[in-house]
Amino acid sequence: MNTGYSFDICGARLTALGSGALWWADHGLLCVSDLHLGKAERVARRGGSALPPYETTDTLIRLAAELDRLPVRVVMCLGDSFDDLQAAHALPEAARLTLTQLQAGRQWLWIEGNHDPGPVALGGEHLAEVTIGPLRFRHIAQPDTQAEVSGHYHPKARLRLRGRAVTRPAFLYDDQRLIMPAFGTYTGGLFSDAPVLQALMGPQACAILTGPQPTAIPMPR
Amino acid sequence: MQTLPPKFTDWFATKGWTIHPHQQDMLDRADAPALLLIAPTGGGKTLSGFLPTLVDLAEGEHDGMHTLYISPLKALAADIKRNLTTPVTEMGLPIRIEDRTGDTSQTRKRRQRADPPHILLTTPESLALLTSYEDAPRMFKGLKRVVIDEIHALADSKRGDQLMLALARLQRLCPGLKRVGLSATVEDPAAIAHFMARHPDPCPILMADPGPPPDIQMLHTDAAPPWSGNGAAYAIPAVLEQVRQHKTTLIFHNTRAQAEIFFHNLWLANEDSLPIGIHHGSLDRQQRERVEATMVRGDLRAIVCTGSLDLGIDWGDVDLVIQIGAPKNVKRLVQRIGRANHRYNAPSKALLVPANRFEVVECVAALDAVLAGDLDGDPRGPGPRDVLCQHILITACAGPFDADALYAEVTSAGAYAGLTRAAFDACLDFCATGGYALRAYDRWQRLLYTDGKWHLRDPRSSQRIRMNIGTIQDTDTLKVRMKRNRGGKPLGEIEEGFAATLSAGDTFLIGGQIVKYEGLREMTVEVSRSAAKKPRVATFMGTKFATSTQLSARVQRMFTQDSWPDLPRHTAEWLALQRDVSQLPQPGRLLIESFPHDGRAQTVIYGFAGRNAQQTLGLLLTKRMEELGLNPLGFVATDYATLIWGLDPVDDPTPLVDAAALHDGLDLWLAGNAVMKRTFRAAATIAGLIERNTPQAHKSGRQATFSSDILYDTLLKYEPDHLLLDITREEALRGLVDFGRIEEMLHRIKGRIDHRTLDRVSPLSAPLFLEMGRVPVKGQAEERLLAEESAQLMEASGLAQITPAPDNIPLKRR
Repeated sequence: MNTGYSFDICGARLTALGSGALWWADHGLLCVSDLHLGKAERVARRGGSALPPYETTDTLIRLAAELDRLPVRVVMCLGDSFDDLQAAHALPEAARLTLTQLQAGRQWLWIEGNHDPGPVALGGEHLAEVTIGPLRFRHIAQPDTQAEVSGHYHPKARLRLRGRAVTRPAFLYDDQRLIMPAFGTYTGGLFSDAPVLQALMGPQACAILTGPQPTAIPMPR
Repeated sequence: MQTLPPKFTDWFATKGWTIHPHQQDMLDRADAPALLLIAPTGGGKTLSGFLPTLVDLAEGEHDGMHTLYISPLKALAADIKRNLTTPVTEMGLPIRIEDRTGDTSQTRKRRQRADPPHILLTTPESLALLTSYEDAPRMFKGLKRVVIDEIHALADSKRGDQLMLALARLQRLCPGLKRVGLSATVEDPAAIAHFMARHPDPCPILMADPGPPPDIQMLHTDAAPPWSGNGAAYAIPAVLEQVRQHKTTLIFHNTRAQAEIFFHNLWLANEDSLPIGIHHGSLDRQQRERVEATMVRGDLRAIVCTGSLDLGIDWGDVDLVIQIGAPKNVKRLVQRIGRANHRYNAPSKALLVPANRFEVVECVAALDAVLAGDLDGDPRGPGPRDVLCQHILITACAGPFDADALYAEVTSAGAYAGLTRAAFDACLDFCATGGYALRAYDRWQRLLYTDGKWHLRDPRSSQRIRMNIGTIQDTDTLKVRMKRNRGGKPLGEIEEGFAATLSAGDTFLIGGQIVKYEGLREMTVEVSRSAAKKPRVATFMGTKFATSTQLSARVQRMFTQDSWPDLPRHTAEWLALQRDVSQLPQPGRLLIESFPHDGRAQTVIYGFAGRNAQQTLGLLLTKRMEELGLNPLGFVATDYATLIWGLDPVDDPTPLVDAAALHDGLDLWLAGNAVMKRTFRAAATIAGLIERNTPQAHKSGRQATFSSDILYDTLLKYEPDHLLLDITREEALRGLVDFGRIEEMLHRIKGRIDHRTLDRVSPLSAPLFLEMGRVPVKGQAEERLLAEESAQLMEASGLAQITPAPDNIPLKRR
């Protein structure tokens, strides 16, 4: 399905896509947050179990699918793109190649996250944060700020439907702020009623549930 | 004949006891490498197991551990310690007895490793943990005997498989180790003997006198059981009357939720204020211990309980056992009945209380089976490989190991005797590298192979492995506490999924009291007391028993009778009503009913294939319905029938139950369904892929963890032949999926379907509407509901006015 859910923040018309990516048509900008590439490698490295080592491939395939269907001129990875810096350095050759292909002919912005606080040896620009038009993009939301797009919390929301509950990764937005869901395959989530998210989001906040048809609801608190 | 030393005969004399014949037999055959005793409850089984140990240790010449006692329950270990300490103290024997379970303090555990007691009482999980330590050889040095109590309760579970692998390890450390198994009456003693012996050694079986037949009946009530429901509230006055007439009554329930409701109702009706307690596995440990202690003192007249009291703990003078709800399984019923009259050679007294009329039929069938001595049980398949994977990791924790030696050790356990070397190597490879076609972890293998031995790459991982030992699969639970300034009284645990549905002010039942949800604090549910009348019932994990094949067949035969003189009138009338309104299921035919209820189109398929197969049928049929555009929403299965509800009615079920279509759908369906994901989660956790407990998890929140479904989907997409998916498939087909019984059912009916379209719920289907365990179908219907619900919410909140409607986004022009 090619639909998205469009909304306005501080005059910017944004579209939340079902995949968890954000599309800003006016700037040809696609934003994804919290890819956590190399997560399986990091878990194994630190003495944990050997998770199926396909999450980097899977995340990039889904990203490529969005780049394929939209006229994207700028790609922004909004932090925690890598599970840690070592995982970025140890990225398999195939994944590097895929990234290079995706970067060809586009501007590519890596925003720093708490998992990947330094530059990585991959193409693209590395920035702590960036302002485009009226919007400030950074990894972790700052309280009492305006016109901000961030990630970090992996928000998800639960909606009760006549006798059952649906839980999906979700965009949270109000008139001043957008918090993006995690795009990475191996990512969990934080419910929108968590105190930290409640404190960040205004009383009129909405949650946009990802999935085949992105759907907005009043943010569950 | 081996005679008892005078000290022992004197002690027996002071108690006025004589040694039972099977106790003497056990003493005479104390040198057998393996020995299985089958004795009824109350037959002095445990003492039979320990007599040879006590005699051997009486001289005080043994250094270190002599006998290891394994029980399936922590409480049982503690109870046996109490019971053993009495004779040891009274005879003045120089024997140190200690227990070691998850509840034992760290200090004590450390001391036990340095200075082991003569007799150590423990559980399979604690033993597995002990074998993971490098100093295991020292701790078990000199070990002569291992006594496995209630082995029947372990023999058909992964806990038992893990125990036998640990014993194989102990046997290598202590080659002369002798094994003794103590079992209640079972249908196939030879299977248990094969399970517990060191393969291929034989394991002789000793059968004790089974004692007199039980005195077992269905409880007579003035009120008829309801059409549906599980609470058996109608029987409360009659049950209370029975409690009054007996010294101590055990009231068994099949699920914790049922026990909670029943206890609540019992308490409301308890005008004489009889002391009655509740005991189940989700209650806080302190609460349980308090109930146990009160019980042992004889201060309780009745105890409402679940499987947590199934096993042979001696709770004093129980003279009546009441089973609430259909027993589901004849063997378990017999074992529960044995809990009454814990005296040798006295008949046990038991009453069955069906919770609804459907269960009346099953209770009568079960009574017939008990009197006919017709126990049930299905043979188990080969030893599960996820347990083997965990065993390999445990072995690695204890130090470098040789693969050939480990293979030899593993195949000495009966369940793994047929394990091929290739299958073993695949498990080893999984433990070492993850076993993926993409060799991604060459640098970060969990196990490395150096100098002919396998060892852990990162010593830190031993801590993580130890934190995840065990095969018991609990759902995620949250602790429940009274809200106080400094942390109030702990009450027990509820499922995380249930907790998620609570909003402030909601009331629910736990530990027999009604509490009000206040909020969540640091992953603990805080509650306050509430005077609410109609609380919700907390959901608990725990076994949901499936009716055995044999019992299902008995029930099915009863349905086909012309009249039912053996059934109470109300139930016979109910079946007659079903025959009038719709019809009863006929042999060789499949009855399907369709009717509207609760704003949904309902369809019931009476397949009599057992809960697991009916569950699978539900999954397959809803998938077919999805394909046919009938918008199924979910289903629930019992042992006899599957109920499916959806948005659109089923007018013609024939294309639904087409054998070929069902079969074609199986593989594809198998991949995507919830049962497979649940099975995968269990297998992946046991095999060590998913770590339920990690050192970091205590600090960080839950944001970092992601659903095991993601792992399953990823594996399925990129490596469908992976070992864990193979294990998952094997297990699901054998257990939860049980496709064999669906095929058998389809073969039986050969397309002969009786489809009845009704205008309301039929008598026979009514109980299905109160079944727990409803499975949602994630299909188009969910998207439809989601759209409706969200539109409503946006409208109601006024947000719809300030938020623009979704629109289509521009597509790339090519």
